[in-house]
Amino acid sequence: MTYAASFRVWRGDVTGGDLQDFTVDVNEGEVVLDVIHRLQATQAGDLAVRWNCKAGKCGSCSAEINGRPRLMCMTRMSTFGEGDTVTVTPLRTFPVIRDLVTDVSYNYDKAAQIPAFNPRPREADGSHRMQQVDVERSQEFRKCIECFLCQDTCHVIRDHEGNKGAFAGPRYLIRLAELDMHPLDVTDRRDAAQDDFGLGYCNITKCCSEVCPEGIHLTDNGIIPLKERVVDRRFDPLTWLGSKIGRRPKD
Amino acid sequence: MELERHEYDVVVVGAGGAGLRAAIEAHENGARTAVVCKSLLGKAHTVMAEGGIAAAMANLYPEDNWRVHFRDTMRGGKMLNHWRMAQLHAQEAPDRVRELEDWGALFDRTADGLISQRDFGGHRYARLAHVGDRTGLELIRTLQQRTVALGIDVYMECTVTRLLTDDDGVTGAFGYWRESGRFVAWQAPSVVLATGGIGKSYKVTSNSWEYTGDGHSLALQAGATLVNMEFVQFHPTGMVWPPSVRGILVTESVRGDGGVLKNSAGNRFMFDYIPDFFRKETAETEDEADRWYDDKKNNRRPPELLPRDEVARAINSEVKAGRGTPHGGVFLDIASRRSAEYIRKRLPSMYHQFKELAEVDITAEAMEVGPTCHYVMGGVEVDPDTEAARVPGLFAAGEVAGGMHGSNRLGGNSLSDLLVFGRRAGLAAAEHALKRIDRIALPDEALADAARAALAPFDREGGENPYAVQHDLQQTMHDLVGIIRTAPEMEQALERIAALKERVANLSVEGHRQYNPGWHLALDLPHMLVVSECIARAALERQESRGGHTRDDFPATDAEWARTNLVCSRAPDGSVALTRQPLPQMPGELAEIFEEVS
Ligand code: SF4
Ligand code: SF4
Ligand code: FES
Repeated sequence: MTYAASFRVWRGDVTGGDLQDFTVDVNEGEVVLDVIHRLQATQAGDLAVRWNCKAGKCGSCSAEINGRPRLMCMTRMSTFGEGDTVTVTPLRTFPVIRDLVTDVSYNYDKAAQIPAFNPRPREADGSHRMQQVDVERSQEFRKCIECFLCQDTCHVIRDHEGNKGAFAGPRYLIRLAELDMHPLDVTDRRDAAQDDFGLGYCNITKCCSEVCPEGIHLTDNGIIPLKERVVDRRFDPLTWLGSKIGRRPKD
Repeated sequence: MELERHEYDVVVVGAGGAGLRAAIEAHENGARTAVVCKSLLGKAHTVMAEGGIAAAMANLYPEDNWRVHFRDTMRGGKMLNHWRMAQLHAQEAPDRVRELEDWGALFDRTADGLISQRDFGGHRYARLAHVGDRTGLELIRTLQQRTVALGIDVYMECTVTRLLTDDDGVTGAFGYWRESGRFVAWQAPSVVLATGGIGKSYKVTSNSWEYTGDGHSLALQAGATLVNMEFVQFHPTGMVWPPSVRGILVTESVRGDGGVLKNSAGNRFMFDYIPDFFRKETAETEDEADRWYDDKKNNRRPPELLPRDEVARAINSEVKAGRGTPHGGVFLDIASRRSAEYIRKRLPSMYHQFKELAEVDITAEAMEVGPTCHYVMGGVEVDPDTEAARVPGLFAAGEVAGGMHGSNRLGGNSLSDLLVFGRRAGLAAAEHALKRIDRIALPDEALADAARAALAPFDREGGENPYAVQHDLQQTMHDLVGIIRTAPEMEQALERIAALKERVANLSVEGHRQYNPGWHLALDLPHMLVVSECIARAALERQESRGGHTRDDFPATDAEWARTNLVCSRAPDGSVALTRQPLPQMPGELAEIFEEVS
C-alpha cells in the first residue's frame, strides 16, 4: 500500500527558484498535504507551506498541483497514478515569499476597501426578522473559506498584473453580491462595484466557479446578478434620482 | 539587533473568536489596539467549530432561560466550573449572538424569522444558534469583517515568544514575523491572551498546528497560574479512517440531528452507559429516544446526547471490548435514519468531508468514528468578571482561560465562551491600560535576551530534529496521559517529558530565518512540553474520576476533590509547582436552581 512517489516542488523566494525533485513515501488515504509534511519532517525541514485545518475548512493550503489551483489538504493522492510525477507550485497570481507561500496581501487590501456592512435598525423587540429563503442567497457566499483559488485562476489578474489596482477579483465581487443581497444591509454598493472594484472587467468565463472548493456558483449566482443590478440602476433614471436626493432603501 | 517596535494600549495575542471579540471591545472603549496572530487573519481554529453557539434565546423553546443554561453547564462540568463564569456566560450569551447579526452574520432562521437553534449534547433545550454545520466560519468571518471595518491593526503571521513584565505587571510582548524571521516588540500595559488550546501535544487531535499551548506557557512564565489542567476533552467522534485524517472532527450535530452510535454487532450501545447522574433525564428505550426528536416535552433525550466525556468513554470501552469497527472506532449512523436530502441540507460540510477525504457517502453508509483530543478545559486562572490573570495587565479569554467549563465542556459552550469572555477581557484590558499607560518601558536587555533565546536553535549544530521530538511527545501523551489514566503510566510520562526537555534544549534547525517551519516548531516545543507537564502532574495528583479526567485506579468521583481545584505555577527553579485550592462556592440563590429545574 505504501509506495514511493515522485514529487516536484518549487523551492525558492522572491529572487528566484526552481523545481526540485523528491522521492517520498505515500500511504493509503493520504492527501498532497500529508506528503508535503513528510518532506518537511524527513527531507526538507525548512520547506515553507501554509496550512491550518487539514480538512478543507480554513483555505490556507492553496497551491497549484500539476498546474491546477487546488487545496493541498483536499487533493487525494489516489487521484494520481503511482507512476505519475506530482508537481506542486505556489499560486502564480501572487508574489512568492518562499517555496509554496505567497504574498496574498492583495486580497486583504481589497477586503478592507469594501464599504462595511450597514444594517437597518433592529425591530421593536430587539430582534432582526428574516426568512430562511431570504438569507440563503447571501449564505452561499458566506461559505467562502478565502482560499483565493478563484483569485488565482481569474485571467483578469493572473495574466495582467496591471489590472490588480482596478479589479478586486471574483472573491470580492461575490462579497459585494453578498452584501447587496443581504436582507438587513442598507448601503448601495452598485456604483462602487463597477467603478472601484472592476465588475466590468469580468467577462464571465466562469473559471472561478470551477475551482471553488466550496462549490460556490460565483458567476451564476453572484457576479451575473450583480452585473444585472448595476445595469438596472444605470439605466433607470428614477433609481438614479432617488439615490441622489435621499436615503432610499435598497430594492 | 534589528527590531521593529510598536506602542499600543492593548495587544491581543490570537485572532480566533475570543481574540477578535476582545480587540473589538478594547477598540470601542478607546484603546489603541493591535491583534497579533500566527496565521493569516480568518484562519484561526475557530473556523473548525461546526455545531453552533449556545445561548438561551428561547426562540424555539420559551421555557429556556439563562438559569437552565447555567444549570446544564454546571452539570456538564460535574460542578467543578467556576460558578460565576458559568453564570455570566449563560446570562450574556444571547446578547453576544444578537450583536453578531448587527455585524453581518446570517444564522439559519426559524419559521418566524428568528435565529434558529439546534439540539446538542447536555443542553436541555434546542439552544445552539447555527449556520448549517459551519458556524465557526460564520463567527470568524463576521468578527474579522468587523475588525477590518474598525481599522484595528492586525499583525498576521507573527508569533509571540515572550511576555515582557516589570515589577508592576505587563509591559508588552516580544515576537517574530514568520515570513522574515525579523523580531518585533510591542510595548503595551495590557496583553490579552486568546491563543486557544493545547491539542498538538497529542497524537490524535482535531486541533490545528497553532494549538501548541503557547498562551498557557507564556502566562506561566510571566508569573500567572493555570487551573484545572488535568481536564482534557476527548471529543467522542473524530474520523478514524484513513490514517491521514484520523482525529478530524465529526460534529456532534450528526447526533443532534438524529444520528446514533452502534457497535460492530449493530447495537445502540449508549443505552448500556447511562450514568446515574444523568439517568433521570435520559431515555431508557430506543423508542423513547426516537420519539424525543419530535416531542421533547413527553420524552427524554437519547443517550447519544449525553455530555462528551460520557460518550467518549463509552466508545473507548466498546472498542477495547472487541466490538469496534475494522479501523478501531464505532459506527455513527445517520444514513439509515434520515433522508439523503435532509442530511445534505443539515450537514453539508460533513457530507463533503467524508466524500472527499474518506470516499464515504454519509447518506448511504455509516461513518467510522472514535475519540479525538479536542479541547482543554484547564487554562489561565482568571477573575471571572474581568478575565484578569494574577499578573496585573495580563488577561486571558477563550480556550486558553480556565474555570468556565469545569471538568468537561458542553458542545456549543465554546463559541459563546469566546464571545462573552472575549468582550469582558477587551473591556477590562482597555480600562487597565488607561491607568498605566505612561509608566512602562521595554528595557533593551530584556529584548536582547528574548532575541537570543529565539535564535538559539540556529547556533547549535548536529542537534535533534524538532519533528522527531514533537512526534515522541505526541506519542507519550497519547499512550500515557490519554482518555483513561493510571498512576504508573503518568509517572512514566513525567519521566519521558523530563528526557524530552533535555532533547529540546539541544534542538538544531537548518536553513535561515525566513518562513522556516522547522525553526517555528523548535520555538513551539518548549511550550508544548511545559503544558504537557502541567497536564500530567495535575492528572497524577487528582485521585478521582470526573469529566474529562478518568482514572482507572480511582474510578469514582470523590467528595473532597469535588471542592478542590489544582493550580499550576512556575517554581523558582523553572519546574511546574502544584497547589490545591478550594473551589469557590456559589451563593444560595444559584444553588437553588439545581433544585427548581429538574
Ligand atoms: S468569471 Fe469573471 S471573475 Fe470569474 S474567472 Fe472569469 S473573468 Fe474572472
Ligand atoms: S469563493 Fe471559493 S475559490 Fe474563491 S476564495 Fe472563496 S472559497 Fe476560495
Ligand atoms: S489546511 Fe485548511 S483548507 Fe487545507
